[in-house]
Amino acid sequence: MAQENTLNPNPNPVSDDRVVLDIKGLTKFFGGLRAVHNFDVTIEKSELVGLIGPNGAGKTTIFNMITGLYSVSAGDIRYNGQSLVGMEPHAITQLGIARTFQNIRLFPNLTVLDNVRIAYHPHAGYNMMESILRTGRFSSKEKELTEQALDFLAVFNLEDRYNEIAGSLPYGEQRRLEIARALAVEPKLLLLDEPAAGMNPGEIVALMDLIHFIRDKFKLTIFLIEHQMRVVMGICEWITVMDFGEIIARGTPREIQNDSKVIEAYLGKGAVVGARAEVA
Amino acid sequence: MIKQLRKLPSWLTTTAGLVLFYALVQLIISMGWVTEYVAQILQWAGIMAISSLGLNLVYGFNGQFSLGHIAFFAIGAYTSALVTKDWYVTWSGSRVGALSGVIALDAGLIVSLVVISLLRINTIQKRLKEAVGRWLNQFETSVLSSVVTFLLALVAIAAGGAVGWLLVKVLPPTLEAILGLLPTGIAQPVVFALALTLGSVLAAIIGLVVGQPLFKLASDYFGIATLGFAIALYVLLQNSDKVIPTMKGARGMVGIPIWTRWFWVFICAALVIVAMRNLIYSSVGRAIISVREDEIAAKAMGIDVTRYKTVAFTIGSLFAGIAGGLFAHKSPGFLHPSSFDFLKGFDPLIVVVFGGLGSMTGTIAASVGWAFLLEGLRVALPQGFENWRFVIYPVLLLIIMLLRPQGLLGGVEWGFLKPPKVQPRTTGDEGE
Amino acid sequence: MKDTVIKLLLRIVVWGLVAALTIAVVVVVARLIQRNPVLFFQQVVNGLQLGFVYALIALGYTMIYGVVKLINFAHGDVFMVGSFVSFYAITRYRLHLWPASVYYRTQGITPTPEALAQAPGWTMIIGTVLVILLAMIVCGFLNIIIERVAYKPLRNAPRIAALITAIGVSFFLEYFTALGFVFGPDYYTYVRPMPVISWNIGGVAISNILVVIIVSTIFLLVLLQYIVMRTKMGKAMRASAFDKPTARLMGINVDMVISFTFALGAIFAGAAGVLYAIAYPQIITFVGIRPGLKAFVAAVLGGIGNIPGAFVGSLIMGQAEAMTIGFFSITMPSGEVLAGSTLRDAIVFAILILVFLIRPTGIFGEPEGEKA
Repeated sequence: MAQENTLNPNPNPVSDDRVVLDIKGLTKFFGGLRAVHNFDVTIEKSELVGLIGPNGAGKTTIFNMITGLYSVSAGDIRYNGQSLVGMEPHAITQLGIARTFQNIRLFPNLTVLDNVRIAYHPHAGYNMMESILRTGRFSSKEKELTEQALDFLAVFNLEDRYNEIAGSLPYGEQRRLEIARALAVEPKLLLLDEPAAGMNPGEIVALMDLIHFIRDKFKLTIFLIEHQMRVVMGICEWITVMDFGEIIARGTPREIQNDSKVIEAYLGKGAVVGARAEVA
Repeated sequence: MIKQLRKLPSWLTTTAGLVLFYALVQLIISMGWVTEYVAQILQWAGIMAISSLGLNLVYGFNGQFSLGHIAFFAIGAYTSALVTKDWYVTWSGSRVGALSGVIALDAGLIVSLVVISLLRINTIQKRLKEAVGRWLNQFETSVLSSVVTFLLALVAIAAGGAVGWLLVKVLPPTLEAILGLLPTGIAQPVVFALALTLGSVLAAIIGLVVGQPLFKLASDYFGIATLGFAIALYVLLQNSDKVIPTMKGARGMVGIPIWTRWFWVFICAALVIVAMRNLIYSSVGRAIISVREDEIAAKAMGIDVTRYKTVAFTIGSLFAGIAGGLFAHKSPGFLHPSSFDFLKGFDPLIVVVFGGLGSMTGTIAASVGWAFLLEGLRVALPQGFENWRFVIYPVLLLIIMLLRPQGLLGGVEWGFLKPPKVQPRTTGDEGE
Repeated sequence: MKDTVIKLLLRIVVWGLVAALTIAVVVVVARLIQRNPVLFFQQVVNGLQLGFVYALIALGYTMIYGVVKLINFAHGDVFMVGSFVSFYAITRYRLHLWPASVYYRTQGITPTPEALAQAPGWTMIIGTVLVILLAMIVCGFLNIIIERVAYKPLRNAPRIAALITAIGVSFFLEYFTALGFVFGPDYYTYVRPMPVISWNIGGVAISNILVVIIVSTIFLLVLLQYIVMRTKMGKAMRASAFDKPTARLMGINVDMVISFTFALGAIFAGAAGVLYAIAYPQIITFVGIRPGLKAFVAAVLGGIGNIPGAFVGSLIMGQAEAMTIGFFSITMPSGEVLAGSTLRDAIVFAILILVFLIRPTGIFGEPEGEKA
């Protein structure tokens, strides 16, 4: 049975037009293993929402269900009112949802430029025959596409590296490229899966700035999984906390920090008293 | 002078280069400066290059480990052979019989496929599942869904069949009339070109159909499944005489006109290379490669992975069919199923891996090397030791695998096969 | 109310179709059996013979794939070496007659060829066992050598490299042994290490070959089950198959486990080589290709990496092949008939394709999902 959320489910009241992502009763079984149970969340336009929890809590599983990589065992996922359940991943992306991955998934042997140019493929403007015959349309559209990609890279300070092989970039830039690439598909909703993983404190600060920047510049709604508390507390407007596939708490960063269930989940029973200081 | 040459549009220099190369080789052959034997090896190299480029597209660029490539080579070979043999010696009762038959077959299949895609079977399946899902459990729903799909498929096949049947009735006299008007010197190459095209189109269609259900399989399984298809086809070929007597099954098909010349090999190879290069350096090419790089990431970028696997596999099969057609018409004008068993199927794979996966230049170079090596070994080894080449060949392979598994040119390209340069934009730069 | 009616109607339609199809299949099969019951049961017997031999080969494929994720293309050729080694042991060294020889000597009788031909049955059994053991040992060592030389260096290379190497090893084994000074390129007629006794049960011919095969295979299977489930090495094998890095961290010498697995697989293949040659006494250095491929398909059918699956898959494969030979024929429009014996290979792969369409991971396989 789902636990009653005694805390505020969402600081802002739900209003239909503004709801970008609405998940109800989401459940996932892997054979006999229940990975996610009765998850719900409602995210409104332009919000920056966090999803946290110990490892194995089911966070990435939820992202995978939203983006169609995993099938949904039960429940519904609605994006701007449209149900995503049963849709193919590429179709979901084309609706305007982009994501990054916990373990960076760039196209390692392709150049930085090509990694971004792929994002423009659905709107390339020419078909296969025209590519093979190298028609005028191909040339002009390809040029346009390339210009757009380069412009995009410029925004992320990656234009100089356009011809480098993605796999050879330093880690921090790979992360940046992955985010840039995700944004190149022009999404309205961006799912970030542990973007700060493996970063040093300086890089983390830059990342937090970047996330704010892109949210404002690209008018995004952002749903973020993260372990680094600095990031979560620093930029998320409100947070959902999971453990063992279920929601255990929800609220603003302040409220979550002081929630005993959250502390218990991360630090174990009996850690409540001494841990308040550490978590804050 | 070189500077001025560089300024010319690339397609002009490329075409000029190609023409020059062709003329040069043709000259060498006609003048008898190399023996007919060497010319044969050159043709071999070309044929292998075409086939291997197809496999490289499927495996090197798209990441699908296919062991069934040789099946499409065989389809192209036998189909084109049937058409030309008919023209040459008339085995079907009319010299345009096979030609009409294959056109009808190709057209009928294409119509069926078009109908299937128009029927949007996937969408219907989904709607059906949604509709009856309320009342039936999963097993029942899938049974119903399968039945409906089956019926719809029958409709599509019937449509294709009707078109095919119609063509078979209408084509022979029409074709006879048209082709009969042409002098033999022109009719022959026309028929050959048609045969090659039709054979490779059939190979492509079958590739498309066979590939569909297999693309959701993981890579090892895909390899096994395609291998299975190749072997099944091989068995069919061995028993082909029971279907089309002139194919003579395991005894081998004879009487195929020997029409393959350096000209044809060159033209086909040039077309294939240019087409492939243009495809790779385009958005579709990037989509195909992204599937190899990371399927999950590709999906997340909005790429319909199944669709691009299909595209690559179909084109790869098309190329294999072209190569097969050229192969069939080499001397001695004899096709035997043993040329298409699965062991032979490893040849293009070895060429592709040796040349470097994802490198077109590598594949071409390796094809040439392979042709000369295999023949070279045959010549170099003293009498009675010819079979040693089958021992040396795998040993060499092993050594290469141990020393340089990424192949000769892994991912690197030369000359005009290099990726088109994207000019960097430096601030203050006027042009571009 | 309307809901229940629709539900009922749909249910009737669906189950009606299922029932009709099942009945059709049952009727066809029953007719086949009824028309020629002797043939049917004969093929069941033949299928068992094939199935058990395939099982021994399939186990090697599945074990090796389970531990190193490699499709060992050369496995069928190791099987071939087993056949040949036993062939030479029998024809040149009369290994199968040594027990009889020893027995006679203890009895004070000189072991002349005529006397040996009359040797008691149990000495023949021991003799056959000796031959099988020899083949098993030789093949085991062969595979260890192959693994060390060809596969180990490529452990960290892309999978395709190991695969191509396996193909290379396969070619090498086939052609090198075909050279004059090794086994030679011709067909040899195998000499059985024991006399053939045939029984006729209700028209169905059963020979002691079948008994030998079944007994040997079951013995080896039980042995394998014991090794895998009850010994430390078996546990190490299972751990390495599941998660190599962690197994290493747990102190398991994974290299040793891999070599052991290769050896074990080859041991079984060697035994299969002898048994197959006893049953179908025509050998050539290419004899391993067909059974190898079919055993591989059987392993996939059962779920590659799954040991009981390999056994079940092989039995199914054996039956399918036997039934095809016995019953299946397609009459072409031209009047020509494609008989079962020519279709036997194609049928095996038709099954494979079906498996992939319906349940790609095989009967007992687990779906391998990729974590995003």
